[in-house]
Amino acid sequence: MDNILKIGTHSFQSRLMVGTGKYKDFEETKSAISVSGAEVVTVALRRTNMGQNKDEPNLLDFIDPKTWTILPNTAGCFNAEDAVRTCQLSRELLDGKAFVKLEVLGEKKNLFPHMSQTIEAARILIDDGFEVLVYCSDDPIFCQELDDMGCAAVMPLASPIGSGLGIINPYNIEIILENSSKPIIVDAGVGTASDAAIAMELGCDGILMNTAIAHAKNPVLMAEAMKEAVLSGRKAFLAGRMPKRETASPSSPTTNLIE
Amino acid sequence: MQPKLSITLNGESTTLPSDKLQDLLDSLNLQNKRYAVEINREIIPKSKHSSYQLSDNDRIEIVEAVGGG
Repeated sequence: MDNILKIGTHSFQSRLMVGTGKYKDFEETKSAISVSGAEVVTVALRRTNMGQNKDEPNLLDFIDPKTWTILPNTAGCFNAEDAVRTCQLSRELLDGKAFVKLEVLGEKKNLFPHMSQTIEAARILIDDGFEVLVYCSDDPIFCQELDDMGCAAVMPLASPIGSGLGIINPYNIEIILENSSKPIIVDAGVGTASDAAIAMELGCDGILMNTAIAHAKNPVLMAEAMKEAVLSGRKAFLAGRMPKRETASPSSPTTNLIE
Repeated sequence: MQPKLSITLNGESTTLPSDKLQDLLDSLNLQNKRYAVEINREIIPKSKHSSYQLSDNDRIEIVEAVGGG
């Protein structure tokens, strides 16, 4: 069974990638991420608190970059220039690792991607040697363009970031999958385990989620549910589902009935 | 001690007694932490921190990884 997910120069066993935002504390973050089985973990970059005390914990003290593949994002960037700058800083922070989640947003309410700025940033980053996993709208033409220009993975949204609405346009995702030569990873909008399973059953190569786990009542249990949903959805995709039919089809023999 | 330099650190104006970047970093309790430094929009690689001289009006950004999705 094809269980290896290849993204650029990286290979992963797990098809679930998780964020580190919105958890109660770093202990909970680490517990949930450990249980999820994810190997790729996203982080954001922000100004350091000045005047912090010496023992103040840092996220990367809990999520060790030797254990997990850290995927820094460009969340909060609304233009290509800021996103490129953030990626360059993250490369310096992570000892030259140039594996990034590009995310350029168009507006603050729905957090939809700003696609022209996303494409501009992707081009600059690819030329600069970055492996770019790109958050984007679920538009098949934009996804194709990002694929063609050399992004390492294309990550269309299922629905708006943090909305938990699930895949609102599975037909678009199917079209994107048909045309892709790179991994397609649904990023954002997954709300619960069935959403993750549906994405994987459609044939997506992976899923990136944060809020669905972090804002569950029991994040650690939800992390386990998501791990199993991604595995189940993947297996169902590989197994090939039965065709849907509009009428019933008996499962038991219709002959030799006892009369 | 007379302040030597006026700089902007993560968006806040401040004065520093020394023009050595390393002295500033040491004063911020960042030991053993992962961070990246940018001065006037240019990244200063770790290997250059100890020799880097700050100038008046430098705009310094020090960033770290935080939770995000």
